Amino acid sequence: MPAYAKTVAAAIALCIAGATGQASAQVKVGAVLSITGPASFLGDPEKKTLEIYVDDINAKGGVNGQKLQLVAYDDGADANAARTFATRLVEEDKVVAMVGGTTTGATLAMIPLFEEAQIPFISLAGAIQIIEPVRKWVFKTPHTDKMACEKIFADLKQRNLTTVALISGTDAFGKSMRDQCVAVAPKAGITVAHEEAYGPRDSDMTPQLTNIKGKTGVQAVINPGFGQGPAIVTRNYRQLDITLPFYQSHGVASKQFIDLAGPAADGVRLPAAALLVAEKLPDSDPQKPVVVAYTRTYQQKTGQPVSTFGGHAYDGLMIFVEAAKRAGSFDKAKVRDEIEKTKNFIGTGGVVNMSPTDRLGLDLSAFRMLEIKGGDWTLVQ
Amino acid sequence: MPEFLQFAFSGLTVGAVYALVALGFTLIYNASDVINFAQGEFVMLGGMTTVFLGLAGVPLPLAACLAIVATVAVGLALHRFAIEPARGAGAVVLIIITIGASIFLRGAAQVAFDKRFHSLPPWIGGDAIRVGGATILPQSLVVLGGAVVIVVLLWAFIERTLIGKAMVATAANELAARLVGIDTRRIVGLSFAISAAIGAVAGILITPITLTSYDVGTLLALKGFAAAMLGGIGSAVGAVVGGLLLGLLEAFAAGYVSSQYKDAVAFLVILIVLLAIPRGLFGRASVERV
Repeated sequence: MPAYAKTVAAAIALCIAGATGQASAQVKVGAVLSITGPASFLGDPEKKTLEIYVDDINAKGGVNGQKLQLVAYDDGADANAARTFATRLVEEDKVVAMVGGTTTGATLAMIPLFEEAQIPFISLAGAIQIIEPVRKWVFKTPHTDKMACEKIFADLKQRNLTTVALISGTDAFGKSMRDQCVAVAPKAGITVAHEEAYGPRDSDMTPQLTNIKGKTGVQAVINPGFGQGPAIVTRNYRQLDITLPFYQSHGVASKQFIDLAGPAADGVRLPAAALLVAEKLPDSDPQKPVVVAYTRTYQQKTGQPVSTFGGHAYDGLMIFVEAAKRAGSFDKAKVRDEIEKTKNFIGTGGVVNMSPTDRLGLDLSAFRMLEIKGGDWTLVQ
Repeated sequence: MPEFLQFAFSGLTVGAVYALVALGFTLIYNASDVINFAQGEFVMLGGMTTVFLGLAGVPLPLAACLAIVATVAVGLALHRFAIEPARGAGAVVLIIITIGASIFLRGAAQVAFDKRFHSLPPWIGGDAIRVGGATILPQSLVVLGGAVVIVVLLWAFIERTLIGKAMVATAANELAARLVGIDTRRIVGLSFAISAAIGAVAGILITPITLTSYDVGTLLALKGFAAAMLGGIGSAVGAVVGGLLLGLLEAFAAGYVSSQYKDAVAFLVILIVLLAIPRGLFGRASVERV
């Protein structure tokens, strides 16, 4: 064989590979989620939900005639890692949109990247700083921490309680929600009498709760935070025999919290999406068909109970898909415009009506006040 | 007064775990001059293995015993495959090897188990016990009692058995021990096995209170090391006292100063010990004969 035959053969092979690569191009949707680490009971259901529904959409023919491909990375709740993976998504994977950012810290770290690359970013994290100030390419699906505070304060007023103590996690969401509660309290007629804090990986909060217990005049306790911390705070709360009303945030809206906290979780109230009480909703509720369908699909495919976190991922993906369908293409600017025009989208978190000034699209009625009874969620009327 | 007691109880409970981790450090350091930073992983393995065997249907007491056996096997493997081959290398190299082993074990735990948090049912259930205005969980008493039992057993082993004496001899002077016929390699291996067992028991005892997951080992190893330094590395009594003291310091700092910087206490302790009293509270001054 002539000496150059091998080179020619290799060149032809490469061309064929390149050509077939072009033909099977899929539309890539990126997701940087906290699948492991202290936020794993948020990120894991999010990843599973995205996988289930991307497969489901592809099985039904894809979007705009193309199949979706999910590119997911695990940031372990570390904002630095999240930023690195976001860079990879933008530069190497060349995604058309991002549905992710499980934690507030990770989301805030990634926002500048997606703003610069002009890629729509639908965040799955809680803090209000994500959408205030309004940024062109950033949206979010979970209810904000500010709404959680407002909902909790409204419930407190109904029970004629006005003096509270806060015990917050020092993670970005815990800190942000604590700041929001302190800011919103005077308007709601609530006084914050005492505050404590704990690190996200702390294993014993009895010293902090002892201080709260010793403070006279406290009528209720609120625990802004997510992940493992609130479960331990709840257990310590019962251990110390504190009988004051206890409120959690929507950062614990998962059965795993109830499993970890055990019988101590009984009597705890929290604002959460209707998804958790799907079957118990009245039939007239517009959200009922969506949440029941999601609950059944998720539980069937994963064998695990639903959590609102997976629900937020579902909402994020569907809002993107609906927007892409309306735009008729995956052009990032057109899709972004359509996401902003989302109206009357019934998701697991509520009914979404976005606008140029409102990148969440939910109001307080999207939040329900739940109480944990007998290891399960119940609606507080 | 009730607050002081409450902080003290919380500090003693966590301090007992630090004490057991510090004991593990001390044992291995005494036998081989190696500071084993994979010690925290032994605690993690004890707790996680028990949880997963329990989830697989094994009755919990049996699961706990199997978990201890498995962790001992890991400890022996660590010695046989990571420490032994590098026997002649300097102390820094060996420490780095143990850090590498700790990272490996953490990664393996992610894959073999999962990435979520887990709990175990407490050995003695029921409500918290009220003492002088403060409350203590029955499980905390189990942890403290377990730590006492382990320390007593260890003391009996070292003082009253031949192998225990051989360990003391190896710690005192390795060359002389070999000359009198002690197989020092086996002794060092044994020290790893015992440290692994102590770590596993600590993990099983503390999981009902503090929960466990694949990465609890890192911070525990650092705090156990701080406790061992505080008590004087090389002294078993020092390890226990250092652990309890560190736990108490953390609890009081969280309660009286600021709960945000609780973790910083352990690192502050290391800094102060290294600067002011490098041999710790109970360590002996090293004397070199010229």
